[in-house]
Amino acid sequence: MGSTITEKILAKHAGRDKVNPGDLITAEIDTIMCHDVTTTPAIDRLETNNINKVKDPGKVVIMPDHFIPNKDIKSAEMVARIRRWAKEQGIEKFYDLGNHGVCHALLPEQGHVTPGSTIVCGDSHTSTHGALGAFSTGIGSTDLAAALATGELWFKVPETILFDINGKMPKGVYSKDIILEIIRQIGVDGALYKAMEFQGEVIDALSVEARMTICNMAIEAGGKSGIINPDQKTIDYVEARTDQDYEIFKSNPDCEYSEVIKIDVSKLEPIVAVPSLPSNGKPASELKNIEIDQAYLGSCTNGRIEDLRIAAEILKGETVADGARMIVVPATTEIWKTANKEGLLDIFMDAGATVSTPTCGACLGGHMGILAAGEKCISSTNRNFVGRMGSPDSEVYLSSPATVAASAITGKITDPREYLD
Amino acid sequence: MQGKAIVYKRDHINTDEIIPARYLNTDKEKELAEHAMEDLDKNFLDKIEPGDWVIAGKDFGCGSSREHAVWALRGAGVQGVIADSFARIFYRNCLDNGFLALEIEAATNNINNGDELKIDIDNGKIIDLSQDKKMEFKPLPDFAQKMLDLGGLMNYIKNEYNFD
Repeated sequence: MGSTITEKILAKHAGRDKVNPGDLITAEIDTIMCHDVTTTPAIDRLETNNINKVKDPGKVVIMPDHFIPNKDIKSAEMVARIRRWAKEQGIEKFYDLGNHGVCHALLPEQGHVTPGSTIVCGDSHTSTHGALGAFSTGIGSTDLAAALATGELWFKVPETILFDINGKMPKGVYSKDIILEIIRQIGVDGALYKAMEFQGEVIDALSVEARMTICNMAIEAGGKSGIINPDQKTIDYVEARTDQDYEIFKSNPDCEYSEVIKIDVSKLEPIVAVPSLPSNGKPASELKNIEIDQAYLGSCTNGRIEDLRIAAEILKGETVADGARMIVVPATTEIWKTANKEGLLDIFMDAGATVSTPTCGACLGGHMGILAAGEKCISSTNRNFVGRMGSPDSEVYLSSPATVAASAITGKITDPREYLD
Repeated sequence: MQGKAIVYKRDHINTDEIIPARYLNTDKEKELAEHAMEDLDKNFLDKIEPGDWVIAGKDFGCGSSREHAVWALRGAGVQGVIADSFARIFYRNCLDNGFLALEIEAATNNINNGDELKIDIDNGKIIDLSQDKKMEFKPLPDFAQKMLDLGGLMNYIKNEYNFD
């Protein structure tokens, strides 16, 4: 019996030949990412327990992103404390304002994600990095403190569900629509505690960035991680960004999955998840009477350069509808600069949208685009929970960047195929 | 310790409801507690008394990894959560904090709002004094039990590792 890629990575990092689902293991962690919101409590945990040294400062990457640029005094104090702590601990990989970005977009972009590695961060969307064939999962602040202190963490080896995704991608359908469809099918706890492995001709054809969108939202189905077996595209992406050594693991053909779910995308339509769960996916074409107040393009799910290009193609020469507003948030500084060079930012601004600096910001109701009571937002983000982007009486509709752009033009939820040749 | 049940007949109560992100600019338990469950139940703080239990359906604590959700509940006086099931990161955060997260089937059908509850951890029983019935909760894995006994993950690692 072979092993899944997840089992192989965990076995290697636990110093074992083989692990099986359900095994409790202690695994070495290769990369510990820290952002502003969940790191200060971890520092507290270390200090109150008189643990004065991070085990390996070289493994730590700090990327404040949630409330930056600092939204208020308390947020400023948090980041100031993290800066002091990083200096004391000799942590050099610190992406401060000017080199900043949404951590799950920035980490792979800056070459900190390698296939076969283990990654943790005090953030649920850490599942993103499985798109490069790493085991990557979200944890809380106490776990973060333990990982910082010991360089290791305990895990229960998860079972894996295989999603075999085939067919011909229809026009106007993107990787976001695929993951929204998967979550619609299995529910927000459909993969609870499990690894979600994605394969098939559709996955093969997707860019590395588009794959990140799929793994990013594994957590929205309750998954422990999302993962894709590395291929040449993965290797090319990684080689362009790092000199680090890495080891490629792949699932064996005879490995054991707890379930295999086949998805045929050929008849898939652009999907919108209506409030208040990511599993409430419906075809965009059925929602065209819903008026929106805000269109939001950004986040760790869909704020990368390809997402901006897709939206700009639709918005070029068009105008954001009267009564609606659009906010574009390139996910990292590099993406911002590239979008600027390519003229995408001009397209957005000329259409009447506003472009902000990278931040998690309004995606989680932090700042820079909060919704008032009664307002509706079409958003390329990942969660549409009650109060997620502001007032508990506001509503969030999740979709692809293309659907966000098309909806901004009409002021109503709009199937993007109406704007694609 | 005896406490009463505050029942929410809801699945998928998420961490944004337990503590909205707009309050994550602090990690102080008392400050977080002032907003516990705010987007789910505006009257939560009027209902809760120290030692009470929150009862809910499936997948309690889904969404964000914010451990602030555990701290907000504990800071408000919640002794623990009893639910059909828990989201993974929330469950882990509970164990790491030595905070009780107990699983029983059909929790919100078996326990009524306002019932007085007593927990017999050693024998794995939830005792509903108001209905005079005992329910077995799903046994905790040995590792989880050990962490709870020690009072959380930090004590556990101090036990297992040597720090200078």
